[in-house]
Amino acid sequence: MNQIIDKVLFSEKVAKFVVDAPRIAKSRKPGHFVILRVDEKGERIPLTIAGADPVKGTIDLVVQKMGVSSTKLFDLNVGDFILDLVGPLGKATHIHNTGTILACGGGVGVAPMLPIVEAFKKAGNRVISILAARNKELIILEDEIRKWSDEVIIMTDDGSYGTKGLVTTGAEMVIQREKVNECIAIGPAVMMKFTSLLTKKYEIPTQASLNAIMVDGTGMCGACRVSVGGRTLFTCIDGPEFDAHQIDFNELIVRLGGYAAEEKLANERFLSSN
Amino acid sequence: MSTNKEYLQTERDKEWRAELRKKMPAKDRTAKVRTRMPELDPFVRIQYQDREVNTGLTGQQAQVEASRCLDCINPTCIDGCPVSINIPKFVKYIELGNFLEAAKTLKETSALPAVCGRVCPQEKQCEATCFYTVKLKKDPVAIGHLERFAADYERESGSMSVPEVAPANGKKVAAIGSGPASLSFAGDMVKFGYDVTVFEALHEIGGVLKYGIPEFRLPNKIVDVELDNLQKMGVKFVRNFIVGKTASFEDLKSEGFEAFFVASGAGLPRFMNIPGENYNGILSSNEYLTRVNLMNAASEQFDTPVIKGKNVAVIGGGNTAMDSVRTAKRLGAERAMIIYRRSREEMPARVEEVHHAEEEGIEFMNLANPIEYFADEKGMVNRMRIQRMTLGEPDSSGRRRPIVLEGSEYDIPVDLVIVAVGVSPNPLIPSEVKELKVSKWGTIEVNEETMQSSIPELFAGGDIVRGGATVILAMGDGRKAAASMDQYLQEKMKK
Ligand SMILES: Cc1cc2nc3c(=O)[nH]c(=O)nc-3n(C[C@H](O)[C@H](O)[C@H](O)COP(=O)(O)OP(=O)(O)OC[C@H]3O[C@@H](n4cnc5c(N)ncnc54)[C@H](O)[C@@H]3O)c2cc1C
Ligand SMILES: Cc1cc2nc3c(=O)[nH]c(=O)nc-3n(C[C@H](O)[C@H](O)[C@H](O)COP(=O)(O)OP(=O)(O)OC[C@H]3O[C@@H](n4cnc5c(N)ncnc54)[C@H](O)[C@@H]3O)c2cc1C
Ligand code: SF4
Ligand code: FES
Repeated sequence: MNQIIDKVLFSEKVAKFVVDAPRIAKSRKPGHFVILRVDEKGERIPLTIAGADPVKGTIDLVVQKMGVSSTKLFDLNVGDFILDLVGPLGKATHIHNTGTILACGGGVGVAPMLPIVEAFKKAGNRVISILAARNKELIILEDEIRKWSDEVIIMTDDGSYGTKGLVTTGAEMVIQREKVNECIAIGPAVMMKFTSLLTKKYEIPTQASLNAIMVDGTGMCGACRVSVGGRTLFTCIDGPEFDAHQIDFNELIVRLGGYAAEEKLANERFLSSN
Repeated sequence: MSTNKEYLQTERDKEWRAELRKKMPAKDRTAKVRTRMPELDPFVRIQYQDREVNTGLTGQQAQVEASRCLDCINPTCIDGCPVSINIPKFVKYIELGNFLEAAKTLKETSALPAVCGRVCPQEKQCEATCFYTVKLKKDPVAIGHLERFAADYERESGSMSVPEVAPANGKKVAAIGSGPASLSFAGDMVKFGYDVTVFEALHEIGGVLKYGIPEFRLPNKIVDVELDNLQKMGVKFVRNFIVGKTASFEDLKSEGFEAFFVASGAGLPRFMNIPGENYNGILSSNEYLTRVNLMNAASEQFDTPVIKGKNVAVIGGGNTAMDSVRTAKRLGAERAMIIYRRSREEMPARVEEVHHAEEEGIEFMNLANPIEYFADEKGMVNRMRIQRMTLGEPDSSGRRRPIVLEGSEYDIPVDLVIVAVGVSPNPLIPSEVKELKVSKWGTIEVNEETMQSSIPELFAGGDIVRGGATVILAMGDGRKAAASMDQYLQEKMKK
């Protein structure tokens, strides 16, 4: 059981939770995630560790309301408990000093990007971050990202904030302007797919952090399998970050819809029972 | 174990045993037919995911069955038992009507008799080497059913004894994983007086016994009683804790843990790497069974989804395949099929499970192997291509090698495919502990006598050492490791 110490609403659909988890706060590294189960009936869902305070023994989780499980978590408040929480899971991001890093975050993907941006900055890189979302409301963690970036570019689909356009528009502008040594893409699968296509064109090594469907998160089930360079790998133990240019994004997108029918039903049941 | 011989002899010479032998002539004993295990009607049981198929012998049935046993001078059944349970002794206690003593006899050697009585492949072990099978060519004594009876009787009688525990010696040891290997290790170590903590990655204790083997074969409540007992004896259970991730071995050592028993299992599912295998609706048996057993996905009350297929193909012929296909049937499959590349004789599953599966209307497509999957426009599997096989010469495992029959491909419609073609050792611990010696298959290498690994304070057993094996072997390893870890720590103390 892990208690919620603080909750910050970023928008109607996105909130940050500070959760008591002293062991994980100590052992986690950028790129790691946790699996949690809100209650007895709950699903096990993966969430990236967006930050941690090893002294206070807390970790930060940023969650976006999607379906039943994320809504159940979103609805918890300070003082409530999360029934099960396990981590840190996955492989940590390979942080090194390479020169200029272009970090592209889409929607809630900005949350997992934050600790990575911080680590790359601390390792001595020049960091340019692009935050993209559908509208101004959905741009999150801007101040925190600014703290660890040399430059921040905001892109919104509707132009309600920053520049109007997709993440790739911003990215291409930077790439044409200056030498980018490495790129990171975290966000919806479609956004990562197009970012990857772009950086491939310019031959910039790119890491994408995948949000595959998971059950255990320990390599036991294979629900999270992805094709990378023609090989089947498990996102939870081999990832979640992979060489974006090798990832079969189309397969990932299809697999994310694997339980769409069941999820839709569950959500309808959930909404009508509340 | 020949050192055992004398002990067996002394036990056999006891008066009550001698008298019991005289009570009935051997020819009357051998004239009896093996008692059938009462079971739920197949048409009824396929409607319930959680009703146990075998309902258990009555006391009277058990006594009749026990009276078939000849109490042999040379009890060959024991040779077939991986942990050398004193079989005639417990069986004769049942014949005598002293069921609690029978249970106690089992517990001298086996940590979880109620589990083993249900899941051991007896037909390959004790019952295969029973005098009836070997010499009389008759059905063996139903040793497994009797084991289950005695253990259930003890549990249900409410007089289940919590074993005595030696005074605490203040030494902390850890077990990693909470499957049968760890549970038996923990039971022994706590009896020796150690402060034992079991760390489990998942949110439930029990390993495969909980997330893998379904309710209709091994009810959770049976495992829970054992867990309760261990807890009463002082074993601590920590869930949601991955050793090597949540904390390292070094962290745990600095917290006072002096030795470790790694029993992290063989949880990594294998796939066949054939075209289309990553379509939706194709999953490993581990995923399918975990969703249903651990996450309760079949119930609408629970949030985890599971696909309820109408045409379900399960690839493989082991226990995992049988458990998956029978689960699919219970979740409403119209056609639940086993697709296995060899013939029925080579199937590694327990014979009883295959038999139950047949009664439940499972279709067996033997000598068949999938080669490709096809999907609809949404990426959902809807068809699979199968190739026929034939059997050639025996391979290294002694089983006849399946050979492809060229040009024999055919397609069948499917909407759910469960791949149950084996598991690999859990890579977590070996990848976190670089100095640990592992085989080319990824299993941890240990001294077979002591279960000690290349790192002195680290012992290992169960599937992480053997690859996918059995519950009883895992338990045996746990006991061996406990005995030698105890010795190791005592010697260390003397230094
Ligand atoms: C390694 C990893 C890290 C993640 N980190 C975060 C995080 O920091 N913050 C956060 O909000 N989310 C994160 N996710 C995604 C999060 O786990 C899912 O949003 C959540 O499981 C959805 O559950 P649900 O029951 O609320 O929605 P569901 O009812 O399961 O789904 C609702 C909708 O979301 C889609 N969906 C389902 N699963 C996913 C998924 N894994 N990713 C994207 N869409 C999905 C479905 O297709 C459906 O349309 C992460 C996922 C992974 C694998
Ligand atoms: C579906 C199915 C049916 C089976 N049927 C039979 C049968 O009928 N008869 C039979 O004899 N055998 C059967 N088996 C095999 C039997 O269950 C296994 O051989 C046995 O469970 C192995 O026990 P174990 O203790 O080694 O590990 P497991 O039972 O596999 O338990 C290992 C546990 O360790 C945990 N773990 C792993 N890494 C870590 C870590 N780093 N930190 C903390 N925890 C960790 C895992 O989450 C898991 O719970 C079956 C197996 C399956 C999957
Ligand atoms: S071999 Fe068979 S008949 Fe002989 S003691 Fe063992 S169970 Fe009884
Ligand atoms: S989530 Fe089960 S193997 Fe990755």
